[in-house]
Amino acid sequence: MTAITHQPLGGKVFTKSFLILGLFVLIGAYFILRRFLFGLGDVSHMSNGYPLGVWVAVDVVVGTAFGCGGYAMALLVYIFNRNTYHPLMRPALLSGVFGYTLAGLAVMIDLGRYWNAFNLLLPWYAQLNSVIFEVALCVMAYTTVLWIEFWPAFLERMPLAFKQRFNLDRLQVFLKRYLFLFIGLGVLLPTMHQSSLGSVLLVMGSKLSPLWYTSWLPLLFLTSALAMGYGVVLLEATLTSRGFRLPSESALLTPLSRIAAGVLALFLIVRFGALLAGGHLGLAFAGDVRGNLFLIETVLFLAPIVLLASPTGRASQRRRFLAAVSLLAGGSLYRIDAYLMAVNPGNGWTYFPSAPELMITVGVVCLEIMLYLLFIKTLPVLPGAHQT
Amino acid sequence: MTMNRRQFLRGAAAGAVAVVAAPTAEATPFGPREPKQLPPKAVGMLYDSTLCVGCKACVSACKQANGMPAEQPEQLAAWNEGTWDTAEDISGKTLNVIRVYQNGTMEQKDREKDGYAFVKRHCLHCVDPSCISVCPVSAMRKNPETGIVTHNPDACIGCRYCVYGCPFNVPQYQFDETFGQIAKCQFCNHLQKQGKLPACCDVCPTGASLFGLVTELQAEAQRRLALKPGEMTEFPRGKLGGDRPGHEAPVGHYQPHLYGEHESGGTQVRYLTGVPYQKLGLPELPGQSYASVSEGMQHTLYKGMVAPLALLGGLVVLARRGVKQNEDASNHDEDPPNHDKDQQP
Repeated sequence: MTAITHQPLGGKVFTKSFLILGLFVLIGAYFILRRFLFGLGDVSHMSNGYPLGVWVAVDVVVGTAFGCGGYAMALLVYIFNRNTYHPLMRPALLSGVFGYTLAGLAVMIDLGRYWNAFNLLLPWYAQLNSVIFEVALCVMAYTTVLWIEFWPAFLERMPLAFKQRFNLDRLQVFLKRYLFLFIGLGVLLPTMHQSSLGSVLLVMGSKLSPLWYTSWLPLLFLTSALAMGYGVVLLEATLTSRGFRLPSESALLTPLSRIAAGVLALFLIVRFGALLAGGHLGLAFAGDVRGNLFLIETVLFLAPIVLLASPTGRASQRRRFLAAVSLLAGGSLYRIDAYLMAVNPGNGWTYFPSAPELMITVGVVCLEIMLYLLFIKTLPVLPGAHQT
Repeated sequence: MTMNRRQFLRGAAAGAVAVVAAPTAEATPFGPREPKQLPPKAVGMLYDSTLCVGCKACVSACKQANGMPAEQPEQLAAWNEGTWDTAEDISGKTLNVIRVYQNGTMEQKDREKDGYAFVKRHCLHCVDPSCISVCPVSAMRKNPETGIVTHNPDACIGCRYCVYGCPFNVPQYQFDETFGQIAKCQFCNHLQKQGKLPACCDVCPTGASLFGLVTELQAEAQRRLALKPGEMTEFPRGKLGGDRPGHEAPVGHYQPHLYGEHESGGTQVRYLTGVPYQKLGLPELPGQSYASVSEGMQHTLYKGMVAPLALLGGLVVLARRGVKQNEDASNHDEDPPNHDKDQQP
């Protein structure tokens, strides 16, 4: 019927909320500067018992799952050929662009010897058995693919004369013709590294609580990333339609919420199946911190399935929103637990992030939101409200 | 046309089920990779906790040999006035430390109840090290001859997954430095190259830290375990089979367990103790390394990159069709060209 048109939202960029976000970014930037001047210990509570902190667990492990909207939608639109969802594609892609790019920024802050980071790309240093090596390369490649997939949004915005002058119109044709290659890569790469974020933990063995440690970690991390990807699309669609008084994409979001709940159910089946097979489910009721964290996660995961169980539930914007929030909270907690809170290095080590450490994470997240707002206001990202 | 898509998806699903269902014995989706073997000329250390007198000569010698500074934790600052090295555990500045187990009245050495015991903490030089398995840039390496696990700071990116993954919490990052690096015992590799002993074994007055070939140390440990507690026997010093004189001492009341023989796939530093090793902070570990579990997974999924490439091929074909039909939906074009590539992984 009609081609999908994307339109810049327009409106003032430097709103009050934008400036408040900017303030947090500045605070974060101050502590990032300190980190580079005085070392990791100056700003963070990381230790040799807990050598990974919130920057990895939140900014990278949770952040990239939030960035899986583009992956989850590409799988649906292009691989399972559900064209109807196409209008949701570009905003999902944009959240992926920033989710992954800023995860990369967080890694550069976190690396203890960042000046050697380039060694990751030098073949003579490559260590092919390393899961982290695979994750690093896949994330770098996928971040590039995301920018390429998003590039048409820039091109559409440029004046024709400008494009012709720099031959960018030909680039546009080229990208359009070979977009399918990047889409293929854009589905393969997250499938690889999101499952590998689970494989990373296999080496932890008895340091990780059996409620989280299972050989099924790769599949659990993959399915939870997909579920969170759909969750982000639901959340973001509701927030933009509310925040900017756009018509809701209800016709699309209702069936999408069903898919989200389905993937989440698959995650829960694998998780509980593995726990029952391993005989570790009893630990959930031990009454200790880790058992309780597991129970909280389970409630947060079950709530969306209950909320979205009936057709009326899926049709309600409020329920979809609550379900998405609960799904994302559960998925985030699952990842933070698996990387930090369910880890016990022994010898009395404990970890709680310091305020500066948290402010860096907050700053990175705020920067992400600022850039997202800037882009949807100035670039054709959201589906056009009215046909032009 | 859609048949192909369906076939692919069905094939992919069937493949996933096959991978999942293959080794169903323990309902795990994959098996561990083959365990690594001890290198033929592997060197190691036998630490005999019953011989250790806690003099910490090894700690001091280690600092000197490796150019590491003295460490004075804040909580002990008032007591030590900057004179003593009072490291409580290994850290970014301390590669080797003696810790003490205390219980009740601490009347007798090497007794679990109302006793005390010493234990030495440093790298155990695993046969199948997790730190090497996780390191993305080959900064951790195992010498194929001696089996010594070394660290190269010029390769290291400081991701600290070796710290995270080591079952013994050995690698230590220098968090308080602007340009910190990973600190870890390298068994005085630089001294061994000059034909010298690792500093800790070199200075140990009782032979509690004994250097030697792992196979010979294993035999020595078994000899000690077979002796009757209390009877007198000869204990070598420095290097097993070396030219230094040993000393005679009563056989300790050993726990019947040589720690490190099997733990985590075996280690080149092994422990004989008088109190159960768990009391000394040595972790209980299975006989296969977690590195072999993690690499078993990776090698199953990524063998020859066949599965990812097949998946990519299928995805690209589907995406091409998807993009085409997307355009058709808006342009009312005719049929997209047929691609009869069969995608069965």
